[in-house]
Amino acid sequence: MSDALSIIAGYLVSWTFFEAALMTLALTLLAMLFGMLLGIIFALIQESRIKTLRGVVLIYLWLFRGTPVLLQIIFVFNVLPVFGIVLSGFVSGVIALSLNQGAYMTEIFRSGLQAVGKQQRIAGSALGMKQSQVMRFVVLPQALRIVVPPTGNQFMGMLKESALVSVIAVQELLLVADQTASANFRYLEALSTAAIYYLALTTIFMVIQTYIERWLAPRKHGAKVSWTQRLLRMTAQPRSSQ
Amino acid sequence: MKDEINSALSFREEASTIDVVPGKSLLSVKHVSKAFDDQWVLDNVSLDVEVGKTQVILGPSGSGKSTLLRCMNLLEPIDAGAIWFSGQEISAQLDRAHLVRRELSMVFQHFELFPHLNALENIMLAPTRIKGMSRVEAREKAMVLLEKVRIADKASLYPDQLSGGQQQRVAIARALAMEPKVMLFDEPTSALDPEMVKEVLDVMTSLSEAGMTSVVVTHEMAFAREAAQRVVFMEQGRIVEDVDKDAFFSGNVGERAQLFMSNML
Repeated sequence: MSDALSIIAGYLVSWTFFEAALMTLALTLLAMLFGMLLGIIFALIQESRIKTLRGVVLIYLWLFRGTPVLLQIIFVFNVLPVFGIVLSGFVSGVIALSLNQGAYMTEIFRSGLQAVGKQQRIAGSALGMKQSQVMRFVVLPQALRIVVPPTGNQFMGMLKESALVSVIAVQELLLVADQTASANFRYLEALSTAAIYYLALTTIFMVIQTYIERWLAPRKHGAKVSWTQRLLRMTAQPRSSQ
Repeated sequence: MKDEINSALSFREEASTIDVVPGKSLLSVKHVSKAFDDQWVLDNVSLDVEVGKTQVILGPSGSGKSTLLRCMNLLEPIDAGAIWFSGQEISAQLDRAHLVRRELSMVFQHFELFPHLNALENIMLAPTRIKGMSRVEAREKAMVLLEKVRIADKASLYPDQLSGGQQQRVAIARALAMEPKVMLFDEPTSALDPEMVKEVLDVMTSLSEAGMTSVVVTHEMAFAREAAQRVVFMEQGRIVEDVDKDAFFSGNVGERAQLFMSNML
């Protein structure tokens, strides 16, 4: 057993696994970044009155929420070359995961936008704001706060989902672990190492999410809070809600 | 106390910038009709709001009072008729509606303060973001307004930390921050606990006395009696009475308005 532990320790500090973890992290962050961009654009389109664009978004949601992510990944990697678009495994993976994530983020942002009541929008309009100003100054600041917890979930989901791109030979954590194990049949050690990396990353995400939620929470006790104070607050104990 | 506020609430300079002769109608509703789902909520309604006057609109619920108010600042589209403001037919230029609304501020029954901003920021938002006022100037003006509505000490509190009456007073300050020519009040005290009604009505009365042109949909008879110059009584989408306050309260009105009043008092 101590044998296994020392091998795991060795894997944990090895460049191979560290690089694979970075690859997993890069896949996750890029896919989430593009997914969120797509999500906010498509959510705003769905809120708009442009019927044709709304139709396009609906078809997109239908396609990407209605088929397996794994299929989407393999599709981008293997079918696009038929049309002369040859992409690396990494780029294919990012594209497929982003498009898939975009569909879910659209729904999350849309529910966030809808959670801001109609009366709030009317209040903005009544002050003389254009529709775009109502969206920017009244609806979005409130909606963003609402979407933080579900977006955090998506981040963690994406981190785990990124393992699927191992099927198109992207050297991320799961594939590297699998390859390492198949060389010496030490599956316990290799897979445990991957699991530890995944757990470490999801833990970091959770902590970041908590901070963002606290950051965005309405600031009680009055006055404007400076950036320094916010940073200091990060190290403090969570304040109990009033 | 009231004198103090009156002097602070000097809107006379505001009124002088309006290119309409005092006593003439600043806002006119002309033969306006509106239907929701085949039901007429406004049926050939005409109404004139004169500069510097306070007009109270009374009537049972569902009589179309709030809808009429929302039609005035084009928040509700009308199906027939026209709305005139400052000599222009604003209902014919809906693409400019947002500009018109900067001069016709509205106060809502449920306050509708922006929950992500504190009281001061609520007031500063529209002047800074859509009028292009500097933050320094907007902050100064907002503080003056908060003093006028007597809650300067709550400037940094968020809406959910304020009582209903305090929220409504911030909402009034927010509406005033756009330096409107007309204030539209949509049942501003209906959602308040009884002990908070007075603090809001006092602010509104001061505004009226300072010569702010106002249209007030309300059930507060006492306010109508104290602050209004004209009283409009609506029922089933029609204006039944449109008379001077004194005529209204001396009982010089039709049977329906009398019945309504006897139920209110």
